Amino acid sequence: MSALAQQLPAGVEIPEIPWAAISPELTLFGAGILVLLLDTAGPRRRTSSVIALAILLGIAALAAIPGGAAPEIVALLVGAGVLQLALTLWLHTRPRLLGAVLTVVALVATIGIAAWQYQAAANGGMVGTESLLADMVAVDGVALFTRFVVAGAGILTVLLGFAYLQDRRIHRGEYYPLLLFTATGMTLLASAADLLMVFLAVEILSLALYVMTGLARRDMASQEGAFKYLLLGAFSSAFLLYGIALVYGATGTTHIATAGVALSDPGTPAGLVFAGIALMLVGFAFKVALVPFHMWTPDVYQGAPTPVTAFMAAATKVAAFAAFLRVFTGGMEQLAWIWVPAVSVLAAITMLVGAALAVVQDDLKRMLGYSAVAHAGYAAIGLVAVSEIGTGATLFYLLAYAIMSLGAFGILTILERRQRKAIAVADLRGLWQSAPSLAVMFALFLLSLAGIPGTVGFIAKFGIVRAAVDAGLVWLAVVLVISSVIAAYFYIRVIVAMFMDDEPAHLADAPVPPASAASTAVSVAAVGVIALGVLPPAVIDLAERAATFAG
Amino acid sequence: MLAEYLPLLLLFAIAVGFVGVSLIVAARLGPWKPGPVKAMAYESGIITSPETEIAGSRFPVKFYLVAMLFIIFDVEAVFLYPWAVVLRDLGWFAVAAMAIFILLLFESYYYVLRKGGLEWD
Repeated sequence: MSALAQQLPAGVEIPEIPWAAISPELTLFGAGILVLLLDTAGPRRRTSSVIALAILLGIAALAAIPGGAAPEIVALLVGAGVLQLALTLWLHTRPRLLGAVLTVVALVATIGIAAWQYQAAANGGMVGTESLLADMVAVDGVALFTRFVVAGAGILTVLLGFAYLQDRRIHRGEYYPLLLFTATGMTLLASAADLLMVFLAVEILSLALYVMTGLARRDMASQEGAFKYLLLGAFSSAFLLYGIALVYGATGTTHIATAGVALSDPGTPAGLVFAGIALMLVGFAFKVALVPFHMWTPDVYQGAPTPVTAFMAAATKVAAFAAFLRVFTGGMEQLAWIWVPAVSVLAAITMLVGAALAVVQDDLKRMLGYSAVAHAGYAAIGLVAVSEIGTGATLFYLLAYAIMSLGAFGILTILERRQRKAIAVADLRGLWQSAPSLAVMFALFLLSLAGIPGTVGFIAKFGIVRAAVDAGLVWLAVVLVISSVIAAYFYIRVIVAMFMDDEPAHLADAPVPPASAASTAVSVAAVGVIALGVLPPAVIDLAERAATFAG
Repeated sequence: MLAEYLPLLLLFAIAVGFVGVSLIVAARLGPWKPGPVKAMAYESGIITSPETEIAGSRFPVKFYLVAMLFIIFDVEAVFLYPWAVVLRDLGWFAVAAMAIFILLLFESYYYVLRKGGLEWD
């Protein structure tokens, strides 16, 4: 690449592209393209697979020739090409399984690459606290943490969804590419060091999610959810973009760290600063669902196919909060006096309204949707603490919430398969008798969501409270406790229905073949809830070390 | 800083003022004699059928699909122009980048084709 740069006339600059830094995104996106190609090709997918191999070999050759890319990358490209050909030849008669397997392989590879990057960062290697790719992306603690969580959530989602989607006859070939594209957007969002990159990543992840929400297109609830998500999502994107435009107008840059410094300069027009921050805040509040920008959440969570809801709750929240953290806590620390009061009030309202509205819900997915709103409020407290402890607490909370919500929605996925309809609280009566293991695990997830000691939910909430008290935000900690008490009511109502109601609901009239993949995924989540609840230090440490932003 | 926007504001005021004044003057001074010939479509315009005159009437969704596909591929093809201008300066790097871009575009085209998005009936 450097030899190439010398021939260029002055003024034209090819940015040095650190391929290794963005390799997780490239892996996810490439896999998405590949799965889409194999699905589109239909019966000719073996031929397409050979073509894909040829293309990958071509890219590998191109990467090798100008002396730019490292030999490992060339080897990885060739390996990926051969692997996809082998898998395609093996599974070419079962296209959906092929898609699922390729997706899981890509997500596992993403985790592997992120682990390698983490290792390199620990040894002071290429991943550091600097922005890369012409200051567009930053591979720092927050980005790496999000990559782990998103890819892990993706794997569990694929396992959960397979049988469910098959049963509902919505197992379309586009599902896996969309999942991978969403994951690309999420990891990109968490590593965006530039406001334009933030916007681009938000759009990548949202556009794919809109379609995934409406996957059950004959179902009115799914249609309604997708439509509302699309309209409100576009609306919120406009707010975000307007905020970015005003910040650019005030500072002349879209780079987050530079813009943050320029914004806190007293010479910058105050009107633009306030308006820009306020509009960006509205945009982010929409994405993480803070009250009063939460209106879409219950409808979308209820309408989307349950595995999609699980993925949305677990992964989207992490990615959106990662960007929220990077722009506000990381970029505008000196301006905390402007936005901290606003976000604190939003967080307080969110906790109370989310919990209070969840109490009156009967449909379980809707109830968990409102509970997701309340949890967004809890996670936002770590944001307004504006400290490394606070950022670490938020990251750990998001990881904990990802595990708990994947587990809870996973149980709902399994129950919905048995019942072939949406689950209300009354349908769970006597579940303890008909399916004891499901009942126990569901109770575990609900207790963890409520924050009972011994589960990861408690540890996560404790970290948030500690961060709030450290930052002198005792009143927010008090609101959190009040909200948790309200929330405990509706979680325990479900547990009472499962264990103590004598009169059993007519559940599982027609037994369906058990889905071992979904059971595995739920069990993994259950183990995670207990393991992190009993032995949290390792991961808490990881989350606190991840609380670094690239400058 | 805001003073730099003054010419823009003036231009805006003139634009609004011109339209407003023209409308008011035309309404005050112009004779108003409608007739069937005057109501007809101008020159080669298509005479509207009663169906399309009613707002919200039906027409095939196929038009919408084709229009959307056209816009997507059309807008992406626009990237080729700036690329072609700087191709000599950027060399093989640009060729590789555009090859990947075209490949992605081609795959989406293939997807549309296979899903029947280009079939009229």
